[in-house]
Amino acid sequence: MSKNIILCGVGGQGTILASRLIATAAMDRNIPIKTAETIGMAQRGGSVFSHLRLGEGTNSPLIGKGEVDLIIGFEPGETVRQLPFLKKGGAVVVSSRPVMPVSAMIGQSSYDADAMIEYLKAHVERLTIVDADKAAEELGSAKVLNVVLLGAALRSGELGLSEEDLENAVREKVPEKFLELNKKALSWSK
Amino acid sequence: MHKEFLMGNEAIALGALAAGVNLVSGYPGTPSTEVLETIAKRNPGNVYVEWSINEKAGMEVAAGAAYTGARALVTMKQVGLNVASDPLMSLEYIGVKGGMVVLVADDPGPISSQTEQDTRTFGMFSKVPVFDPASVAEAYEMIQEAFDFSEKYGTPVFFRATTRVDHGYEAVEVKDPAEYYVNKPEGFVKDPSRWVIFPRLSVKNHALIEKRNAELKDVLSDYPRNQILKEVEPAGCRKGIATHGVNFMYTLDSLHGRNARVMRVATPFPFPEKLALEFLEGLDEVLCVEELDPVIERALTFICGKYGLKVKIRGKLTGDIPPSGENSMEIVGNALTQFLGETAGNGAQSDGGNVLPQPPALPVRPPVLCAGCPHRASFYAVKAAMRGKKTIYCGDIGCYTLGNAAPLDMCDTCLCMGAGIGIAQGVGHIEPDTKCFAFVGDSTFFASGITETINAFYNQADMTLVVLDNSTTAMTGHQPHPGTGRTVMGQIVEKVSIEKVLRAIGLKVVETVDPLDYTLSVETVKRVADEPGVKAIIFRSPCIAISKPKGHSHVDPDKCIACGKCIRELGCPALILGEDGKKAKIDTSMCTGCTLCEQLCPVKAISGGNKNDTAIPGEDLQKGGRHE
Repeated sequence: MSKNIILCGVGGQGTILASRLIATAAMDRNIPIKTAETIGMAQRGGSVFSHLRLGEGTNSPLIGKGEVDLIIGFEPGETVRQLPFLKKGGAVVVSSRPVMPVSAMIGQSSYDADAMIEYLKAHVERLTIVDADKAAEELGSAKVLNVVLLGAALRSGELGLSEEDLENAVREKVPEKFLELNKKALSWSK
Repeated sequence: MHKEFLMGNEAIALGALAAGVNLVSGYPGTPSTEVLETIAKRNPGNVYVEWSINEKAGMEVAAGAAYTGARALVTMKQVGLNVASDPLMSLEYIGVKGGMVVLVADDPGPISSQTEQDTRTFGMFSKVPVFDPASVAEAYEMIQEAFDFSEKYGTPVFFRATTRVDHGYEAVEVKDPAEYYVNKPEGFVKDPSRWVIFPRLSVKNHALIEKRNAELKDVLSDYPRNQILKEVEPAGCRKGIATHGVNFMYTLDSLHGRNARVMRVATPFPFPEKLALEFLEGLDEVLCVEELDPVIERALTFICGKYGLKVKIRGKLTGDIPPSGENSMEIVGNALTQFLGETAGNGAQSDGGNVLPQPPALPVRPPVLCAGCPHRASFYAVKAAMRGKKTIYCGDIGCYTLGNAAPLDMCDTCLCMGAGIGIAQGVGHIEPDTKCFAFVGDSTFFASGITETINAFYNQADMTLVVLDNSTTAMTGHQPHPGTGRTVMGQIVEKVSIEKVLRAIGLKVVETVDPLDYTLSVETVKRVADEPGVKAIIFRSPCIAISKPKGHSHVDPDKCIACGKCIRELGCPALILGEDGKKAKIDTSMCTGCTLCEQLCPVKAISGGNKNDTAIPGEDLQKGGRHE
């Protein structure tokens, strides 16, 4: 098994924790894993991404264009930005909720998030759109969007891990008091 | 031995611990910071660790330890090396007794830096040997080898990793603490002929260094990490690829069955010349796949000249590899295709990709000050107080550089740590009618603002120093500094007071104000800026990432007149347009209740916030805000 995965979003959305959960699950299964992440200035509301490579036979921590099996997008526009990395027939899981950049709020740039979703629908066959607002309302928290998306990614079949693997990883990495919430988040998209 | 999933910097730290490091010093800077933090976290108890006031101090502390026979590590980013270069240049002439590794993290891109300088080139300049790891797992092993090498040859060595190794993650087999090498320092032995640098000693040692480095070319040709890959080379191969660091990994993954002789250079200085001759034997052409400077390309070109070899050396200098910026799988894949031809098989192509029509305009997201950041309030107050006046706002290095973005637009210059003070002084000497402001963060003030302030005061400058004191080193993830009253080893110590330092220099006007009190802040700026000479305002309010919000603000839609002032003037990420697309709304998941927008609203439609004066919780600080 080998899988190339990109997680992308805006700094502060929890992409790094999600990437850590996948890595933990892979480690527990003895699947070799490499990741590369954005750390530093871009985390202040900039575009962020993580590259994850599961399985044997890779050397580089970065993935090439057209080589990605799965994109887990925390934000529609950021997902479109990473789309050139997706290979033919690859899967995309995307949160429907846009994060408006400050530059757009003060009228210095424009951002049409609906057009991003339409673009994804037109160009990605295996697309899962996660209604983030609905998930936040039903789960009572917007902070577990990352785990909701992981659940949807699991069900895309391209994560290369089982639900049990991820549940174990959540148990290892998430503080006890948030465990139930995170377990619910993981199965929310069922 | 056991296996851990580690960040490159964590692997380097554990490698240093395994090598028996006795003392670790450094100054935070992306992408190097986590090395020292990990040492502090995983300290078996016998390692002295400090965040130094700046890289120069860190270098000197490490050198002192190495003089006693201790193993010492000093960590910094590439621009920090410029600050530490004075002691290092001389230290190479003096040498060390215990192993001393200078860890410098280079930042191709640059992703989080001012320059794209290459520490491999600095190695040549300073005559200090350089180790250049290619992966997380290798970095763990290589730093241990670097300590042994340093000790054996009595020289400090550079351990130079780049962002993709520093911030990459991999599962690494690491030693248990019981397996760590234990280094017992002999102690400092007095010997003025060895430890005191005088011209006579310098000229003697210079000759010895040149002789040693010439010999090291042969020694390092046998270092197994300098290698020629035999497995990807067919018989009669005429083309070679020379590469280094993470580019070695990009190259391996981009070959896709194409054949070439591949040489990986792990020690770019002293250059493994004997190995390079073996590599060049029988080749017509070599492509050097490098990031930052063309170090290997120049070395191979030199060797071809020296030995009269007819091999065409290509790379950055011939336009085959981009001269600047970070390399990617695409850049390396495309360069290999240009050099070697298309792939024969149907393997995945890293130079292709999903061919898609042009997408709609993508969101533009330069990094911004966090919602509730006290720097926003400080900048806004100065801007409001100086409206209509001729001003210059000299910025500095830290989160507050982000004050340059619209709508604040409060950073007219930014050069390097501490430079804003000198620049404000210089502008003022030429343009006496300009109100000159220098903004500097608390950590940067300690790192390199104090001497500049004394310079400005002594030389009769006319300027306002604004210290943005958020009680932490925020941008790099909340490291302690002399003003925080804590050390990285967890000691509670006496704080160094910025006010007292400024008063001791001789400044007559030093005012401290909470920037979240808008009216008082504006009044203070107006009053202080009118004083003659060098005067200071300290805006003190803790970083929102290390203090808990007490409440969120919300907009009363019945009162909001949709004037847009809050959104337009503050640029706070928590201020967004409501469902109607006109009235303001506050994203409570981001709002910290700083109340700045409440104070600004002309119709008092915003309320519910609570200015944050919470004491800074000590225990969370090590975790920092950088890992989300």
